Amino acid sequence: MSALTFRYEVPGDDFTRAGEASSDVKRKLKQLGYSPEAVRKVAIAMYEGEINMVIHAGGGEAVVEMDPEEIRVTLRDQGPGIPDVEKAMQKGWSTAPDTVRNLGFGAGMGLPNIKKYTDELRIETEVGVGTTLYMKVFA
Amino acid sequence: MKKEKKQVRDLAEFLQAECLVQGDLDREIQTGYVCDLLSWAMARLPEGAAWMTVMGNLNAVAVCSLKDGACIVLTDNAPLDKNAESRAETEGICILRVEQGAYETALRLGEWLREEEK
Repeated sequence: MSALTFRYEVPGDDFTRAGEASSDVKRKLKQLGYSPEAVRKVAIAMYEGEINMVIHAGGGEAVVEMDPEEIRVTLRDQGPGIPDVEKAMQKGWSTAPDTVRNLGFGAGMGLPNIKKYTDELRIETEVGVGTTLYMKVFA
Repeated sequence: MKKEKKQVRDLAEFLQAECLVQGDLDREIQTGYVCDLLSWAMARLPEGAAWMTVMGNLNAVAVCSLKDGACIVLTDNAPLDKNAESRAETEGICILRVEQGAYETALRLGEWLREEEK
């Protein structure tokens, strides 16, 4: 059985629209009857990823594939890349600017949260080229 | 008298809070949470929590919705952004506002939640 695939464009520097894609995915997963736990995990991980793309990368693209066994989310941007992934994975590590902190973000919990709420996470990143996150949540 | 469920509407009445967005007033409140850092709340806001914060922006509404929080309680008379108000309406998230700070409000919430256990 082939997966249901949805594509979203994540706008850059627009916090008023950040989270639209993950909200829509949450609604769709609910309608399709995925377990509340799986729905929550995908929604949280994807929202964090979206916010990261808005803050750091000037937006990007999200692709969500829904299978009976698993949900795969790919977030791709052409941002600055992550120079030190290990550091970025540490709780509390953040390079977000003050303008973003004033909105309540920048606690350095983005990637750690994504890791916590996904069953599999792979990060491909190159400085000056961009970052791609491959996340997987089992249904 | 023991009541079966503690709902958002009951909390609004107990706190004598201003109701800025009605949302789902029947939603059950199981616990409370205090935090102003959205990414922190994103990690830890418990399901069914009354979330006390001064963050009245769009992203706070998104966090509450994604984490299945019961409602947002704006403390210290914190302002609510216009676009956050309309998003909360769409998402069915109730937003209350009180004059007291988070500490006072959390104490009262705790008192209220424990009432039924007596």
